[in-house]
Amino acid sequence: MLGKTAGGLFWLFRYMERSENTARMIDAGLRISLTRSSAAVSEWTSILNATGLQNVYLQRYDTYTGPQVIDFLLRDETNPGSVRAVVESARNNARLVRTALTREVWEAVNECYMALTAVLANPVSDRDLPRVLQMIRQRSAFVRGALHGTMVRNDMYDFARIGTFFERADNTARILDVKYYILLPSIMHVGTATDNVQWETILRATSSVRAYQTLHDGEVDPKSIAHFLILDRRLPRSLAFCYSKIKDNLAYLETDYGTRHPCHDLADRICKRFSTFDVDMIFEYGLHEYIQDFLTDSAALGQQIETDYRFIE
Amino acid sequence: MTNKPDYFDEMMQAGGAPRAPYADYHDWFTSEEPGRLLEKSAEAEALFRLTGITFNVYGDPGAAERLIPFDLIPRIIGGREWALVAKGIEQRVRALNAFLHDIYHRQEIIKAGRIPARMIAQNAAFLPQMIGMTPPGGIYTHIVGTDLVRTGPDEFFVLEDNARTPSGVSYMLENRETMLHMFPELFSKVKVQSVSQYPRSLRRSLGACAPKACEGRPTLAVLTPGMYNSAYYEHAFLADQMGAELVEGHDLRVVNGRVAMRTTQGYKPIDVLYRRIDDDYLDPLNFNPDSMLGVPGIIDVYRAGGITLANAPGTGIADDKAIYSYMPEIVEFYTGEKAILKNVPTHRCSEPEALKYVLDNLAELVVKEVHGSGGYGMLVGPAASKQELAAFRAKLEANPDNYIAQPTLALSTVPILTDAGLAPRHVDLRPYVLVSPGKIDITPGGLTRVALTEGSLVVNSSQGGGTKDTWVLEE
Repeated sequence: MLGKTAGGLFWLFRYMERSENTARMIDAGLRISLTRSSAAVSEWTSILNATGLQNVYLQRYDTYTGPQVIDFLLRDETNPGSVRAVVESARNNARLVRTALTREVWEAVNECYMALTAVLANPVSDRDLPRVLQMIRQRSAFVRGALHGTMVRNDMYDFARIGTFFERADNTARILDVKYYILLPSIMHVGTATDNVQWETILRATSSVRAYQTLHDGEVDPKSIAHFLILDRRLPRSLAFCYSKIKDNLAYLETDYGTRHPCHDLADRICKRFSTFDVDMIFEYGLHEYIQDFLTDSAALGQQIETDYRFIE
Repeated sequence: MTNKPDYFDEMMQAGGAPRAPYADYHDWFTSEEPGRLLEKSAEAEALFRLTGITFNVYGDPGAAERLIPFDLIPRIIGGREWALVAKGIEQRVRALNAFLHDIYHRQEIIKAGRIPARMIAQNAAFLPQMIGMTPPGGIYTHIVGTDLVRTGPDEFFVLEDNARTPSGVSYMLENRETMLHMFPELFSKVKVQSVSQYPRSLRRSLGACAPKACEGRPTLAVLTPGMYNSAYYEHAFLADQMGAELVEGHDLRVVNGRVAMRTTQGYKPIDVLYRRIDDDYLDPLNFNPDSMLGVPGIIDVYRAGGITLANAPGTGIADDKAIYSYMPEIVEFYTGEKAILKNVPTHRCSEPEALKYVLDNLAELVVKEVHGSGGYGMLVGPAASKQELAAFRAKLEANPDNYIAQPTLALSTVPILTDAGLAPRHVDLRPYVLVSPGKIDITPGGLTRVALTEGSLVVNSSQGGGTKDTWVLEE
């Protein structure tokens, strides 16, 4: 397989994952701004921070209103990270690696692009927004389903999966990064309605409200939320789960190619952190520092994979 | 352009009865609800969009992707008619390869006085780098798309020999897939020769031309200028169907005397490169130094026998429109036979007498640029306004060497489906020919292009042309 193709698959699935993560964050922001309008500005600010697009946003706007942020995240032409732009990037990568995709995967990506380009051609009204957000998540799920159901389990599949989990872990970590402070023990607001709503945003942005409640008997506390999102391997969006998948897929490549690269050692090191630190140790070390360390290592891993498998030269 | 009975319609006879090859199809068609067929037309378009058979128009980067319109009335050719055409194509392609070998070696045809030396020496498509070099297997034109037009029951003319990188074969294949998908029952009523073997034949044919450096099963790759090229879909499609890698110049480099592609496991040599970029862009060291699409040094590897390039560099000399006018002589010179397929009589404006004739009869003639393609820069005399004729006259007088002229042929028509029912439109045909040592493989049928505008003779997709599925009946 061409190095370029491996890179194209990695990015195709990163972008597909990103489109649905952005939809989830909008959903979370929308919920809190509807229920607690006083918190809206800080919520939208932190959501823009979590998407890494705040600087782009500030070049264009100096206020934070729901419709403005939502339009920016969904379809703004000046925003390279809008859902519309991300889906277009996904499709460009799919065209680039067309020979590595089954017809089903290609058609799912192409249909996603055609359908979302059509609904995002004009501003989305409040009334249509829930339907559009659902459609974004669903289109991404179709692509993942086509990948799962039709692609041969070889190196191509591995790069697609690594892209998926890399982006997903990155997303969960970014949400934790901008929201870590509400999980810290504090004498203020403990057990109040404020906390509950704030905590729920984190869970909602990672599509894990229901999973959390089911697994924790409805008891909500910050430490167990942190544990859930970082360490619980039952949750498919936790850092530990995503990294166990990345490690597996890198191991398949190692076996397949008969070559171990620096990226394998790096992934092992990141995984080890999830088995050696429990949640108390994480809080002792500093939740923020822990997440920052993770993001630094994760960026390094991305670059190492790119180098080891010759995505570019 | 209004005198319809003058044109040979391939489906219907003058009296209103279908011609023999269309008999079974016509039965089926007349029993169909017109409304259902129009719905199928929309279905076909959705299918093409989903598959992504779209293209960008050069010079219009902001525009949306376009589809080449597909018309669902097939173009049907009888088995016997086709056998004659295929024989003529085979003869012509054989002659083209012999001609190319000759002009890059001993140039016997010039010595024999059949072609003037300046036609070669002063031709921009002649590549001095190819002099004395014999490509692997002695094959120059691995893939040829011979453009044909028809004017009567057995009257076929060759319009152009596309001997560089003929495109459109993916449309031939997808058009058939679409018809099979939409009208499966038709194919049990009408016995149509298959085209789906083309990618396998292409792989076999290219593999049979592997260079001497090849060890074991040849590694093939398709070289594309990239995803913004109008034929990118086709490049990806053919690579996919052949199980070959789709590469761009920046995926390749010369490693240990071989052209190699950057894989996830290091550089891997390529044996046969089906390149879909022009000669000029192939090698910035040997040709256009500004090219970002090619591979520095690939021509040196090629000359040393390290890779096969399909088609060979320098084949453009054989499909040049000025050389075209010599094709009857070329066929006779190398095969010892009269050409089976007719050439359109061609006036070379570089010759003073011919130029005078062309200027005197401009309103009746089709004038083309010698190196032009895609229907650009051409004048269709009978359809041109006075101003257009005057402007073209000035161009001709300023640079006569740049033009050839041909009579306006009465191109055959095949009906298309319109909201008002069937309506005849002019068509041409591009069959695809694969050449390997000792074998010339012609896929039955090819790509039928149709001028969708009533009366128009220009079938190019960039100028309002569409396509049809082409059926060659079992004999």
